[in-house]
Amino acid sequence: MNLEIIAAEIRGQVVQLSNQAKTPHLGSSLSFVDLLVSLYWKFLNITPETAESQNRDRFILSKGHGITTLYSVLAKRDFFDKKLFKDYAEPNSPLPEHPSPKCVPGIEAATGSLGHGLSIALGMALTGKIKGLKYKCVCLLSDGECNEGSTWEAAMMAPTYGLNNLIVIVDFNKWQATGRSAEVLNLEPLEDKFTSFGWNSIRIDGHNFDEIADALKASQRSKQPTAIIADTIKGRGIKKMEDDNNWHYRIPTEEEVKNAFIELGLIHQ
Amino acid sequence: MRNAFADEITLLAQQDERIVLLSGDIGNRLFDKYKATCPNRFFNCGVAEANMISMGAGMALSGMIPIAYTIASFLVYRAYEQIRVDVAYHNNPMILVGVGGGLSYASNGSTHHTLEDIAIMRSLPNMQVICTADAYEVRGALRKAIASGKPTYIRIGKKGEPSIHDKVPANFKIGKALKIQDGKNIALIGTGNILPNICEASKRLQQDGINPSIYDFHTIKPIDNETLKSIYTNYKYVFTIEEHSKIGGLGSAVLEWSITQREHCPKIACIGTPDKFLSYTGEQKHAREMVKLDPMGIYTQIKSVL
Repeated sequence: MNLEIIAAEIRGQVVQLSNQAKTPHLGSSLSFVDLLVSLYWKFLNITPETAESQNRDRFILSKGHGITTLYSVLAKRDFFDKKLFKDYAEPNSPLPEHPSPKCVPGIEAATGSLGHGLSIALGMALTGKIKGLKYKCVCLLSDGECNEGSTWEAAMMAPTYGLNNLIVIVDFNKWQATGRSAEVLNLEPLEDKFTSFGWNSIRIDGHNFDEIADALKASQRSKQPTAIIADTIKGRGIKKMEDDNNWHYRIPTEEEVKNAFIELGLIHQ
Repeated sequence: MRNAFADEITLLAQQDERIVLLSGDIGNRLFDKYKATCPNRFFNCGVAEANMISMGAGMALSGMIPIAYTIASFLVYRAYEQIRVDVAYHNNPMILVGVGGGLSYASNGSTHHTLEDIAIMRSLPNMQVICTADAYEVRGALRKAIASGKPTYIRIGKKGEPSIHDKVPANFKIGKALKIQDGKNIALIGTGNILPNICEASKRLQQDGINPSIYDFHTIKPIDNETLKSIYTNYKYVFTIEEHSKIGGLGSAVLEWSITQREHCPKIACIGTPDKFLSYTGEQKHAREMVKLDPMGIYTQIKSVL
């Protein structure tokens, strides 16, 4: 099981879906592929068979606009049939551009409006404590949605209750829809912000599988909730898209999809 | 009403381990008994309504029945988008209890008035909307809302309100109006904590030889079509009366329904609060006088139509 090869295949799927359905947010979807592959292949205790079990780990993609990455991961892990991609974002497809409630197995919550996911994950983590269940809750946030006040309401509450079954990962790609996140609402020092709120904060390279694995492992030893600040690159994996915010909205052409597949090693010239 | 809420939720939580009570940093000492009996199912969520709602939704998605309780104006206005997406869209079995509905907190000023809540809450798909008239209805609404498994907004007053019932009505059912006075020609349709004033206004009408029926529409959504049909068939005058803006509340719900009616067309008038923010109101009693929702004001408004 080579995580890099899996990640390349996920990236290929994500680029292809964007072209097929003419849906935006490609750059945002590519920046957290390595994080999601690490979670679903190395960390989360969840399978298609346990997708409804009350002991399953929960994953909430708070940045719902990056949903093609989660769809691609879930399909690759057999939560649903890959054939559904044929109609992605078409009328009546179970795969909308932002996930609807329980649209396919593995989707824990409908997201798309920013600043909701961490609170939802917090409620799930608190329930785990009430019921004495051992599951973990992981929530992935964009840096842009750290603008939302509700994110910080949840950030204050989680350590108050010592929710060490809660992990937040910030996909810190340094861009939001229309500008550098540092120039819109400066988040830095982000790690210190979470630490000062009472979190066990860890800063990593969000494209380094070893660092991701180590951070997730460290979260299991913490008495407090863990915040993993993952430095990432928007558009990661396709050179012409990397750190270019035009790819928040731009749709790749057929030619660009082909070149991306070559670059990812999925097809050969 | 808030004491009835605290007492009833304490009883219900002991019977159902799925119930979890969330408070927006209000109810000082009110929940002491609850906290003593169910200590691990009470969370003071602080002055952070948005998080309280989404967190409750996360709990509901994990099999709990969260009851979120705070001042109505902060609950529905501050956290509306969270209610819309995380509660209504997900069709989560979460109960939202807004205390101090209408002009209950009149003297605190317009920040604390809740005169548009019915309008915005009933427009949400999946959401049930209940306005309780007294402490007994608070208990009935809470029991039925929890049993329904559906997202529900329950608007309650504060404390010490007069009762219109002497026990929880045996036939209290979501979506089913109660007839609390039998009369003829005129139907007074009320909702929530203004009903005692409607009863007082009715006594004045009776002194003039006018004997109206009074209907308690505690549920605004789903609206009771069947009872409305019967009212439209049997009365010449219909008045909707509510401690809520004339825009979007009970009156609007009745008018929306009445558009579909061709056969019977009684004369209808909607009594509610004006389309403006209220300042310098004093206590609820004075505020009601200002907007003609005191018994005399209601009586006068009805008489002007007859």
